[in-house]
Amino acid sequence: MAQNGKLKIHTRNLKKSFGNLEVLKSIDVDIYEGEVVVVLGPSGSGKSTFLRCLNRLEDITSGEVVVDDINITDKKVDINKFRENIGMVFQHFNLFPHMTVLRNITLAPVDLKKMTKSEAQKKGMALLTRVGMEAKANAYPPQLSGGQKQRVAIARALAMNPDIMLFDEPTSALDPEMVGEVLAVMKELAAEGMTMVVVTHEIGFAREVASRVIFMDGGYIVEEGTPDEIFNHPKEARTIDFLNKVL
Amino acid sequence: MRAILETYSSMLLQALGQTMLLTLLSLLFAFIIGLIFGMMSVSKNRVLNIISVVYVDGIRGIPLIVLAYFIYFGVPKIIQVTVNPGFRMTALVAGTIALSMNAGAYMSEIFRAGIQSVDIGQVEAARSLGLGYARTMQRVVLPQAIRTMIPSIINQFIISLKDTSILSVIGFPELTKAGNIIVGNTFATAETWGIIAVMYLIVIVTLSRIAKLIERRINVGTKR
Repeated sequence: MAQNGKLKIHTRNLKKSFGNLEVLKSIDVDIYEGEVVVVLGPSGSGKSTFLRCLNRLEDITSGEVVVDDINITDKKVDINKFRENIGMVFQHFNLFPHMTVLRNITLAPVDLKKMTKSEAQKKGMALLTRVGMEAKANAYPPQLSGGQKQRVAIARALAMNPDIMLFDEPTSALDPEMVGEVLAVMKELAAEGMTMVVVTHEIGFAREVASRVIFMDGGYIVEEGTPDEIFNHPKEARTIDFLNKVL
Repeated sequence: MRAILETYSSMLLQALGQTMLLTLLSLLFAFIIGLIFGMMSVSKNRVLNIISVVYVDGIRGIPLIVLAYFIYFGVPKIIQVTVNPGFRMTALVAGTIALSMNAGAYMSEIFRAGIQSVDIGQVEAARSLGLGYARTMQRVVLPQAIRTMIPSIINQFIISLKDTSILSVIGFPELTKAGNIIVGNTFATAETWGIIAVMYLIVIVTLSRIAKLIERRINVGTKR
């Protein structure tokens, strides 16, 4: 595997508990620049929590998370500045319903003084064109279909020019016929060399696009490898069991 | 009835104006108080939560009439003894403070409920883009919260407008006080209180109709 790029995400002995429930029980992961890492696993395996620990939407209980050479558990880190560099796409889109599509995209770059209003609008329109949503720039999110919302959400995350994109089950809330349009945008992004961590149940996407697949269960990484290794030659019983159920 | 209207109509209208002034001023301050204490109650900071709870429960546990007496008669006494012997407070100032503190406590609960009604995913999306807590509140949470709060705010407006009548006890020349004066002069109890009741009714019904219209306008664009 081509892992000679720059180390982008590094976790050691990452643990996360909610009250007495330990959701992540020691996660060690290294993700390099340009990698597309797909995280698979049954529900409750901790995969979404793992993803949310990477931009500190969840505070970790113990261990180490270093992203872009920044130890994010360090109290001195400006977490807002840090998050500008990491885009996130959510299962339920979480578009701002009281703003137009374009305003959803320009809000953060303008408010955080990354761009002037006109620069942000230009960039926003370019991003909307890229995800095929330029015609809906002035629509409000409740007027869009699920697939359209998710494409806008991807454009919104890209507006801050992030180095890393996190996807938390981006197609799980979509009607089946809309999954393809969202995956197509993600494939394009992967082809351009974006570092991506994707929690998904889309095995086809993992096979085709992932540079590495991580299989999680019970708060551990059970197995990881190339799509070929994981899907065609899985070693662990739990991985085999899971794949038998979903394939 | 006709005689009363002829003699006292300008007094009644002026008193109604005072009622409206007191209501609007109090609601403006109540909005600010409610925003501050509402934000404190949803904060992650324990101390701020407790301050907010103490304020809201404290005010809600004191009848408005007692609060008004305390602020109009009690507070100036304290200030006269401790700081400035010549201190005076007008009935308008005392009334506005009392009503603002009272409505502010209820407004705080309206804000809390409104903020909590906004999906947590909205906050997560804004924070993941790098927006800080204050920006997230300002740009994303509060604009959505206020939409859901509008019916409750209208309700509070109407309650506060009616509560201004309580402030007649500190001599503030609002509508109910005017009624007392007219009855004192004419002994025409039925006509006078009838007229005043109708005046309150007209204003409140009109305002709530206008507010409903505003509510409908604001919701255009999101609820479709």
